[in-house]
Amino acid sequence: MSDAHAPLETLPRSLKILLGAALLALAAFPLVGTDYYLQMVTRMMILAIFAMSLDLLQGVTGLVSLGHAAYFGVAGYALAFLTPPGEPVSLWWTLPAAVGASALLALIIGFLVVRTHGIYFIMVTMAFAQMVFYAFFDNKVLGGSDGLYINFKPEAVLFDLENKTVFYFFTLALMLLVYLFLRRLLWSPFGRALAGIRVNEHRMRALGYGTFNHKLAAFTLAGALAGLAGFLWGAQSGYVNPELMGFHMSAHVIMMVILGGMGNFAGAIVGAFSFEYLLHAFKDLPQMAGFNLGKHWQLWMGLFIVALVVLAPRGILGLFASLLKDKSEKQSTQP
Amino acid sequence: MTNAHTAHDVLLRANKITKQFGGLTAVNEVSVDLCKGEIHAVIGPNGAGKSTLANLLTGDLPLTSGCVTLNGQDITGWTPEKISRHGMGRSYQKTNIFRSFSVWDNVRLSAQSRSQPKPFNPLAWLQHASHMADVNERAERALELAGLQNRRQAMAGAASHGEQRQLEIAMTLATEPQVLLLDEPLAGMGVAEAESMVRLLLRLKPLHAMMLVEHDMDAVFALADHLTVMVNGQVIASGLPADVRANDGVQAAYLGEDH
Amino acid sequence: MDFVNFLIQLLNSVQYGLLLFMLAAGLTLIFGIMGVVNLAHGSFYMLGAYLAWSLAAMTHSFTLAIILGTLLSVLFGLLLEWLLFRHFYKRDHLDQVLLTFGLIYVFEEMRSILWGDDVHGVTIPDVLNASIPLTETLSYPVYRLFMSGVCLLLALGLYVLISKTRLGMKIRAGAFNHEMTEALGVNIKLIHALVFAMGVGLATIAGMVAAPVSSVYPNMGSQVLIMCFVVVVIGGIGSVKGALIAALLVGLVDTFGKVLLPQVAGMLVYVLMAIVLLYKPEGLFKN
Repeated sequence: MSDAHAPLETLPRSLKILLGAALLALAAFPLVGTDYYLQMVTRMMILAIFAMSLDLLQGVTGLVSLGHAAYFGVAGYALAFLTPPGEPVSLWWTLPAAVGASALLALIIGFLVVRTHGIYFIMVTMAFAQMVFYAFFDNKVLGGSDGLYINFKPEAVLFDLENKTVFYFFTLALMLLVYLFLRRLLWSPFGRALAGIRVNEHRMRALGYGTFNHKLAAFTLAGALAGLAGFLWGAQSGYVNPELMGFHMSAHVIMMVILGGMGNFAGAIVGAFSFEYLLHAFKDLPQMAGFNLGKHWQLWMGLFIVALVVLAPRGILGLFASLLKDKSEKQSTQP
Repeated sequence: MTNAHTAHDVLLRANKITKQFGGLTAVNEVSVDLCKGEIHAVIGPNGAGKSTLANLLTGDLPLTSGCVTLNGQDITGWTPEKISRHGMGRSYQKTNIFRSFSVWDNVRLSAQSRSQPKPFNPLAWLQHASHMADVNERAERALELAGLQNRRQAMAGAASHGEQRQLEIAMTLATEPQVLLLDEPLAGMGVAEAESMVRLLLRLKPLHAMMLVEHDMDAVFALADHLTVMVNGQVIASGLPADVRANDGVQAAYLGEDH
Repeated sequence: MDFVNFLIQLLNSVQYGLLLFMLAAGLTLIFGIMGVVNLAHGSFYMLGAYLAWSLAAMTHSFTLAIILGTLLSVLFGLLLEWLLFRHFYKRDHLDQVLLTFGLIYVFEEMRSILWGDDVHGVTIPDVLNASIPLTETLSYPVYRLFMSGVCLLLALGLYVLISKTRLGMKIRAGAFNHEMTEALGVNIKLIHALVFAMGVGLATIAGMVAAPVSSVYPNMGSQVLIMCFVVVVIGGIGSVKGALIAALLVGLVDTFGKVLLPQVAGMLVYVLMAIVLLYKPEGLFKN
């Protein structure tokens, strides 16, 4: 990967403070937000977990997967299969089961795809995800193109997930846990090895690292975390369909990670929030001179993506960091 | 080829190894012995197959025929990582470092390979890499050997060419190999830097079996205990440097131009 | 399965395979020579289909529609290459993936604005609207043979161009070493533009020729893109020969799979790809 995407592994202090403030705002949000916005922010946090899982694969290890949504969707479907139509099911075993299903799928597909490199990897991850998509889309038994409903949120006993505020905090807690876990992982021997693989895989092998196993482990872990997000998505929305595993979903999560800034997980969170917000903004555009701008949101999205790639390859956090760097350089040159 | 070595001295033995790319034979039945405490230099014009030979020994390229033993073990067909873990260290002609990491991180990551916990082990995900004492020790030793202690914070990509070549060697040393395969360690160095590198190589000699691919003839004759000359994939002469130097065929084919 | 049915499925396999080849050849060439991955490649296929529909309706001549359509899309491709793609040859794959993904969105919307979202049909020209009788009850459509014929002709043309002409030699040289080829006086920018135009042209013609059979509908590009990727992975990036063999293989597996094992037919091609990956991760004919 080129230096244009060199990640901000260590965030500058001011940025950390800003993010801390944002976290506090998130925690306080239920006090002021309406149900509608509560649900929207919950959804954003779920997507943030999804984006962080991809960041591990893409930002840290340098593997560009165009099929990450497969593991997101499978977990949602797992919950749908495990929840009977008439009553809720226990959170405490369905969550691990769904995450396990995603992890298993990621392990199998990972075993096949991690042996490829560069453009091959991009293409085969996309191909296998499409395979999963069509497996669900074409089979009525698995819900077909209509998808499946999840009539009850999982039962947690200790707290009530049917309560939107409780669900919000549950998601917030999980998002925070995933972030802390991944930050820890980044500086672990495993994380350092993944970074080495991103920068120079050939040398890593020459130094004695089993890069295949490392990449496979990263792929599986990323899949498992995507499954966590998918489980939450299914639980929150009560509905899963094959689009959750589709190509567009995979591309959107890549966008989120790029938009925020890769390799430090905070960027993935920022990117997920920003991307969702932008998507809604584009879709809500008004009519102008008889032309329904909102209907053609894909056009604006597409142009935005192109502009982003051309102008800001290190994403929002990257822009921020270089602004700060410029500012500190200017200050140091002043008498 | 002289046979003054007893079996247990030989750490790496390549026996009639050949590499063919379609119709082209890049390396033709080359045999090389690397003994502990000796530097074996391989010289030859560009395209002679020296780098291909190195790649065959490290497992980067599969052999067409022949076999290689390392520390008594047949390593023919092994992956590069397996060969490395078995005691092989390689430095590259084209600097092959982690450019976006600091000098220290480059060496530390290299040293870490010998203590790397299994990637599916969750403990490996939660330890702090910079707190691994044995890794830090190995890295520190390698750093000192290469003389880069004062440059540890520098970004590897921003270091001077000479420093990068030193880093190249430090990374190899951090894995504590028994066999060292050094591909043009002096490439692009100024006089002072080259002298410093030669001194380093001499310091390494007693503890390793070393193969040196080089173009710098002064360094070769100063360092080599054994010299092999390759032209067009074949060994045309091999033996003590003085003997090889005097060999008419070698003079004509190769050394004549450089003198 | 009796012989006649077998023959019909075989002809269908070859026709589908050749169609995939047209797309895969363009993709693999563009990647092999310029190193750029183009997710919007399927959009050219869609463009071809929509052009066939609208131009045929305007001119009442299928032939004219194809000629005009090819011309228009090649021009469009050249414009794209000059404006955007040539600046991305040196960028890393992630950037290219994102850029071309953004383009998919843009193209889909432009298509929606220009031609709407309905499904359309293209009528087969009368001269080709016949069937060759095989038995008392079964016959094979002439148009499908025509499709295979066109694809085969173009495939042959491509082969001759790449291996037998000086231009082809320059193209192949450019794949190995841009700087060297440039130093030898070859206008590498022109070569790139030509290769890109060829890729676009092949994809568009495929869409045009397929339109009467597959109909014209939104998102038709994405579906065929995946198959295209599978073909390129199986065949080996940069290898046109590999693309041909892989395309025919995929055509066979998919067509016969649908007939013999309908429940798992959708998965069979991916199983094929998985098998190839296990033994030859770089494709069957990687250079």
